This record gives sequence, structure tokens and C-alpha cells, in this order.
Amino acid sequence: MVVRVNGASIEVPSGATVAVAMVMAQAPSRISVSGRPRMPFCGMGTCFECRCEINGQAQRRGCQTLCRPDMDIRTHG
Amino acid sequence: MAAAVAASRAGASVALLDDNPAVGGQIWRGEAQAGGNPEAARWFRALGSLPVEVISGAGVFHIESGVLVAETAGGVLAIAHRELILATGARELFLPFPGWTLPNVFGAGGLQALLKTGLPVEQKRITIAGTGPLLLAVASYARKRGAQVLGICEQAGFEKMARFGMAAARLPRKLKEGVLLGWDLRGIPYWTNCWPIAAIGRERIESVRLLHNGRIREMECDYLACGFHLVPNIELAQYVGCRIEAGFVKVDEFQRTSVPNVYCAGEPTSIGGLELSILEGQIAGSTAAGDRAAARRLFAERARYVEFAAELARAFKLRGELKSLADPGTLLCRCEDVPVGRVSPFDSWRAAKLHTRCGMGPCQGRVCGSAAEFLFGWGTDSVRPPVLAVDCASLAAASNVGPSGKESI
Repeated sequence: MVVRVNGASIEVPSGATVAVAMVMAQAPSRISVSGRPRMPFCGMGTCFECRCEINGQAQRRGCQTLCRPDMDIRTHG
Repeated sequence: MAAAVAASRAGASVALLDDNPAVGGQIWRGEAQAGGNPEAARWFRALGSLPVEVISGAGVFHIESGVLVAETAGGVLAIAHRELILATGARELFLPFPGWTLPNVFGAGGLQALLKTGLPVEQKRITIAGTGPLLLAVASYARKRGAQVLGICEQAGFEKMARFGMAAARLPRKLKEGVLLGWDLRGIPYWTNCWPIAAIGRERIESVRLLHNGRIREMECDYLACGFHLVPNIELAQYVGCRIEAGFVKVDEFQRTSVPNVYCAGEPTSIGGLELSILEGQIAGSTAAGDRAAARRLFAERARYVEFAAELARAFKLRGELKSLADPGTLLCRCEDVPVGRVSPFDSWRAAKLHTRCGMGPCQGRVCGSAAEFLFGWGTDSVRPPVLAVDCASLAAASNVGPSGKESI
């Protein structure tokens, strides 16, 4: 299915999480407190590095959210 | 899943809440969709055939007076219950070393979770490091999906691994698993006495530096998957007041905790792997539903895997050298960007938190607190609400909830 990461379309496998989409797009999920890029890390909802805006909802954990067709994912990285 | 199935079969009315998008925990992540594992498929079928109410994407953040409150994508759920079975699993232990926060450095289980939810890795050069049998499972999985696994770096020494291998081989299931893994991983270097000392790169990892038998190895890689075994998720159990011993939830032979009507099964009681978790889940589920006979029938098998759990703990004990991988400038707290050097002068987790904010970010110390416990020997604080970082709207909704049954807000 196709989702959008920061406006750019990307094809992801069915069953993919938003975290997977971000890693595939190599779009850092967030910028840390001291300005460094971060990507998903623990993969299981514990570390919160993958938090991003999904369909307008902020602070969603990407690794715990399944991609849906045409999802709008915005990272702050 | 096992607890829900056992309890339902014994006649209880069961609801199963899971924070993840689908049930199956870490080991069977993605199995509901992919269906490659026959044992997993059997359990999914069993669950599907029983009147268990399965609620995925539900993060429990408060429990009070027999009511559980969870945040879901659609709002807050409150569920009244008589018996509560906590099967909250484990998370990885992450230790800081220079560069560990670079993009494309993942946990070992972290990479596995991403792989199981579709991350393509064809042609990616992956180094896997840390400790535990998980490293082998991740390597095997990554290779099957087309990755070039450059090496597996196990911090434990060779004699320990050999002893563990022999102990594991006494269990027929584990022997078979071991043989298959050995075949799957043929040709991939497995280095013992080996650990990462730096992840190097500018915007993402470009190479990893390892120490192997005292010599430095450096290799370019696309992904580094690094995890130092498992930490039990005991937060919910602590929250409801269960007695904790040596960092694990204390349970009796029927998986009962010190709190009436609260059971605990799986990794929060001891890190013992899949088979033990399934057995404990069934024992807890049967007992909670009133069928002690069914629970008792599993005691003998459980005992064999409890022994295996002890072997696991012995084999993969972390070596002292891992306490000095970090420089003073290496980050300890990823959420608040607090370096190790700022935290080390303190003498307790509480003091470190108050002065530096480490542990006060969204993960609430699940990453840095566990690392600090290993690095400095600090115990962590009691758990306060909310148990999981949730939206303000969820907190507001939770204050409107009463113990009168299920409400959706």
C-alpha cells in the first residue's frame, strides 16, 4: 500500500507499521532535545523514539501503529 | 494468549487487552497476519474459536478497585474485572556506548520487531551484538529475509556458551531449535567475548567498532542491532502492589501474586522464554477460572523450563566491562539527552532524576533506568500513575470513570 512520509509517497508492505515506513524512507522520526536525529529503536512501544504525527494526531508511537492506505505521516526530523 | 485460552476453556468470561497492534507479544509479532509458525497458528486459531474479547491497541495506564483503564486510538476504555492476569512480557536491556543513539542503530529485538512488521532488509549489511539467544534468532530471521549478516557478537565467553548449549540440548524442543538455528546461521561468524565499543557515523551509523578477545575490529554496516538480554515489564504489577523479589514478580505455584485475584505469567516472573510463558499463562488462566486440576497437570513440564530459565540467567550474565563502554559524554537518557557523565556523580536514581531529568521523558526510565541499574547498581522508584505516557485527554477521561463496568468515552 502507499503511504506518505513528509509528503512523499512510499510503497510499504501490507502489515507494515509506521515505524517501518519511516525506516524505509530513512526519515528520522524526531529531533532530540539536543538537536540530533533519531529513528525507531526498540520496535515495541517502549522507547518512544518513533513518535510522529499520523493523520494529524501528534505523538503517536509509529511502531505500535499499522499503516493504512494513504496515511499522512509527518516526522519532525 | 495462553492465559486467555485456558481461562475461557474453563468457562470464564475473558477480555484480553494488548498494547500492540495485534496479539502475540514480541515473539509472535506479525504472526496473526503472516501465519508462518504452526504453533502460533494453533494458538491464534484457539483464541479465535473462543468467546474471548480481544482488544488490541489498548495501553493500560491505570488500575483501581477492580477497574482497568486503557487508552485506545478511539478513546479511553474502562473494564471491570474480578480476576486479573498480568502477562506484560519483557523489554530489552539497552546499554549506552558511543554512537548508540545514531539512526539505524536498533535494539536486537527492536530490529526483529521491525522485520516482523515488514521492514525490507535485502542486501543490507547488518551486525548483531549484545547478549542472549535472541541474537541468533534475529540473525536467522534477517538472513532469511535477504540481509547480509556480517557477524553476531556475544559478550559472554565461549565456555559459558558451550555450557548453555549443552543445558539447552537436554530439552528436546530446544535441541531441535538449536540444530535448525545452527544450520540457518552457517557461515555467519559468531564471536564470543565480543561487544560493541562504538557506533560510528554522522547522520546515521556507517560502521561499528567491536572489541573481540581484546582486539579491535571495525566493520562498515547499514544497521546495527544491539540488545543485552531482557528486563521484565513489572510496572503494572508494581502499580497494583504485587510483591517484587530480585526484580521479578513473586508468584506461587498457581502463578498467584501477593495481591488477591491478581496473577502474573511469563517474563515478569522470570525470563524463561516462549515455552515457559505459555505454560505459566495456562496455569494462571485455568486457576483464575477455577480449574486447578488443569493447572496442576502442567506443573511438571513447567519445572523443566524453570530450570532452563536459570541456565539462561547464568549463561548470559553481563560482564563488568560493559559498565565502562560509555564516555562521560555518551547519552544515558535518550528522551531528555542526559549524558552519563552528568548522572554518575549521584548516588541514587531518584537524585539523578531530580537533578538531571533523566528518566522523566516519555519512556519513564524504561530505557535509561534499566541501564542505570546495571551501570550504577541503583534500584528504581515506585511506579506512579499513569503507568504509560498517555494523552492529557485520556487522563481527563479516566477521572470520569467509575467501577460500574465497561465504558467507552
